Formats: sequence, structure tokens, C-alpha cells
Amino acid sequence: MSEKPFRLLPEVGPDNEHFWCGGAEGELRFLRCSACRTYVHPPSPVCPDCLSRELVPEAVSGRARLHTYTLNHQPWVPGFDPPYLVAIVDIEEQAGLRLTTNLVGCDPADVEIGMPVRVCFEERDEGIFIPLFEPDTPGGSTDDAG
Amino acid sequence: MTPVERQGLEGRAAITGIGQSAVGRRLGRDPLALTADACLDAIEDAGLRREDIDGISTYPGGGIPGAPGFSGAGITDVQDMLRLEVNWFCGGPELPGQLGSVINACMAVATGLARHVLCFRTVWESTAQGSGPRAGIGTGGGGRFRAGGFMQWTLPYGAASAAVWIAMMARRHFHEFGTTREQMAQIALNARRNAGLNPKAIYRDPMALDDYLSARMISEPFCLYDCDAPVDGSTAIIVSAVDAAQDCRKKPLRVEAVGSALRGRPSWDQFDDLTTMALRDAAAMLWERTDLAPADVDVAELYDGFSFIAMAWLEALGFCGKGESGPFIEDGRAIALDGSIPLNTNGGQLSAGRLHGYGLLHEAALQLWGEGQQRQVPGNPQVAVAGAGGGPLGGCLLLRRDD
Repeated sequence: MSEKPFRLLPEVGPDNEHFWCGGAEGELRFLRCSACRTYVHPPSPVCPDCLSRELVPEAVSGRARLHTYTLNHQPWVPGFDPPYLVAIVDIEEQAGLRLTTNLVGCDPADVEIGMPVRVCFEERDEGIFIPLFEPDTPGGSTDDAG
Repeated sequence: MTPVERQGLEGRAAITGIGQSAVGRRLGRDPLALTADACLDAIEDAGLRREDIDGISTYPGGGIPGAPGFSGAGITDVQDMLRLEVNWFCGGPELPGQLGSVINACMAVATGLARHVLCFRTVWESTAQGSGPRAGIGTGGGGRFRAGGFMQWTLPYGAASAAVWIAMMARRHFHEFGTTREQMAQIALNARRNAGLNPKAIYRDPMALDDYLSARMISEPFCLYDCDAPVDGSTAIIVSAVDAAQDCRKKPLRVEAVGSALRGRPSWDQFDDLTTMALRDAAAMLWERTDLAPADVDVAELYDGFSFIAMAWLEALGFCGKGESGPFIEDGRAIALDGSIPLNTNGGQLSAGRLHGYGLLHEAALQLWGEGQQRQVPGNPQVAVAGAGGGPLGGCLLLRRDD
């Protein structure tokens, strides 16, 4: 297990705790509409499809596909040193449900848009687990990538 | 061309004057002084007196925290400095792009709330960011910084800049349509060529494809030359009611159509088609409000905060097909000063400086008045489009000089 990089952390509250702390149980969670079953992200008090107010956190499989990515070379955040891969992934359960994330455990030369990836979590202070994604190779590890 | 009678905003609003301060890297001047230079320049250009100004509009308004130099002056700064007596004013960041503030002014004159609106945009990012060691994101507050709002979804991943977010949009475009860095380079090379003909441009030295390809990478596929240059400078535009415009010194540039739509999610990562961005809908709306077509446009001034955004605008406005901007620009001819759609004729934000949308509209008007000097587009251009914004926001205006 390599040393964890410095990260800026999210402000966690009642509206986003399910997302940022779900990794404690190994789960990637999104709000989901109890009425029409739409996943809603970022969190909202209203289902954008049916306008229901019944939105409940629910775990997804953690499987996704790489929608796009960049190998970033510019130091933007002191302590979070480039180069690193920033990616947008399509969550398997619903078309258009995406996350910006870091792609880890992958040589930049091997990255391909459309490749299957799966979530892994990096534990930080205060019960925060940052969802990261790694290549979803058959028989690969699902351990903490930190 | 015959003027078209229209019921709405279009046909009732015109641009009648433009002004601009000195533009440069680290000018070290009071941004309000720069604003005064631009505003008084524009009022004079229109043949008006300051007493004629009865409206003010700006983007993003004053008091924007956490972005040094992003806003050099707000509405009340200018109203008080020039002691303007106005009937209408509006300033804010939640608009269809930077030029949304000009669209607001068009509405004000079309509805009779004002006759002559002073629109301005002042930046002093170069001085503000260059006056000392640049504070890193999140370094304030003794390590207790926490990201909220949209930034919570990006900052933990080191995705701290639009350079990163838009680089991913460009990458997706590369993937779907086979676009290449060599093609995208033409946006930067064209801008630099035109900047060489513009004495006020920031970067005027010739640049070759090899220079571009060997530049340091910022966030792939963006290199240094895909990113615009922070500057100090202020730009002002006078928007007048068409009937009031007859009193002005210059031939009014009628606002033929505007695009202000937002039909998808206003998000850097959840927007349905990252290769088009939200500007797609603003561009589509523009053509819904005019009988003119892309082939009628003589000059295009399109946002190039990052090179790829200008490609997205070219596609969205129909100068080429969706996904075809790469082949469209790859030999540089179509977008050159003597091409089918001259683009960013003053050097754009990439080489003439990040005046944040207003510089593009200024240049569109200047070209329609035939004031381009060395960089004047040939053939007496009569129709120009200016589009600003990228990512989740965009807005555009089509200008027409009726002779």
C-alpha cells in the first residue's frame, strides 16, 4: 500500500454523507428515487424525473466505464503532485450517471475510453472515503487502493 | 440586405460604440481606472455624452470572492465613479456566459427601460495573480479547508481548474471523432497569426506547429498554448435602442439574434454531451431567431479560453458539422482572415489576452465598422457572430450592419 497523497476533502453534511462515507461499508451510494427508481446525482431534494421527494441512498455495483480522462501535469493543489489521471466515469446502473474521479492502478499509456473500471476507496480522516476507480480486470483486487 | 421587422428583442437593440483600455500583463494599474478608460472611450465612440447613459450592465459584478482579479469593477463602482443617473442596471455571474450581460442590456433597451446601456467587463487577473507568491487552492484556513457545492466533486481529485474539466471534453471529442492535437493546434496558430497584426495583442511572436507540439503539457490534450493568457484590461460596449441609435456617430450594428438557452444540466461532468458543452443550446437558439444562416456570417469571434471551446462553437453554430471541426480547421485556411469564416481576428484570448468574452464582441463590432486596420477582414463584412462561454454556460449574439 503506497502512501496516500494529500487531498482536499469535501464538506460532509446530511445531504452528501451517504456518498462520501459509504466507503466505510465498501459501498458507492447515490440517492435514488423510491417512486421511479431514478438515481440522482449530485444530491437533490427532488427527483428530476418524477418530482418525488422520496429519495433514499442506495448502493450501486461500483462498476463503470471510462467516459473520458486527462493526464494532468499542472500542479493545482499544493501537496497533490502531478502527473495524475483525472477521469469521468459512466456508472453502470444508469445512462448519464457520472462521476469525476481519479483513475488509479493504471499506467497512463494503458488508458482507453470505454474500458471497464470499478470503484475502490481511499480512507481519509473523519470517516471520509474517497471513491476512486481502477481497471476492472478479471480476478483483480478490490482492496483499498490507497 | 433589407432590415427585418421583428417583434421581440431583435431589431430593437443595436451596438453603437466600443471602447477598451490598455491591455497587458501586469499593468499594475487600478482596475477602476482601466474601467474608466474603456467606458469613456465607448461613450465617445458612440458619439454620446455620459448624460445619455441611462443603463449599466456587467458580468460578473463586483464582490466575487476567491478569484483574484476576476472582477475589476462592479455596477456601483462605475455608477458612482461616473455619477451616472440610470433607470436600469444589472450585474451578476449567473448568466448565459459573459455576454449574457450584453443580452440583458438588449432586453433593457428593447423594453424601454433604458435608451443607452453601458456594458463593461474588467479583468486584472495578471496583476492580481502576479503580485506575490500564488496561493495554492485550499492552502488557506490552516488546512481546515473543505470543498462544498460543485467543487466537492472535483477538488478532492485534483481537478481544480477548467483546464482539467475541458481537457476531458476535448479528449472525448478526440475519441468520438478522431480529432487530433495537430488539428486543435490551428486554433492557437490562427490566433497567433492574427495577433501579429494587432498592436494590442499580448503574444505576437510567430508560432509554428512544432512550437505548439513541443510546448509543456498542462492537462492532456491541452498544452500551454491551448490555454488563454490572463491579462489586465477593460472593455466596454454601448447597447442602444434602435431608434435612439440613429443619433449616434456610427452606423448601428443591429442585434440580429441572440442565443441564451440552457437546455441541459449546467454541469462540467453531468452535461449530456461533453463534446458540445452547453453552448450547443445557445447556438441553436440563435438560428431559431433569424432568417440568416451560417453561410451569411462574415466574421466569427468565438470563445477560446481553451482552444477546444472555439472548436465546439464552430460546430454548434453550424460552420461545420458536429464532430467535424478538426478536419474543418486542419489546414487553417477556412478560419484565416481571408478564409470562409475568419475566426478570432484580433488574436482571440489565446494571444490577445483573456478579456473574458467582451474582447471578442469588441472585435466583432470593430470588424463590422471596418476598423480592423492590418487585420481587417476583406470584403466589407456585414454580419458577425460573437459567442462566449464554455462548459456549463454559453451565450451568443449575431450582429448585422444594415447599409
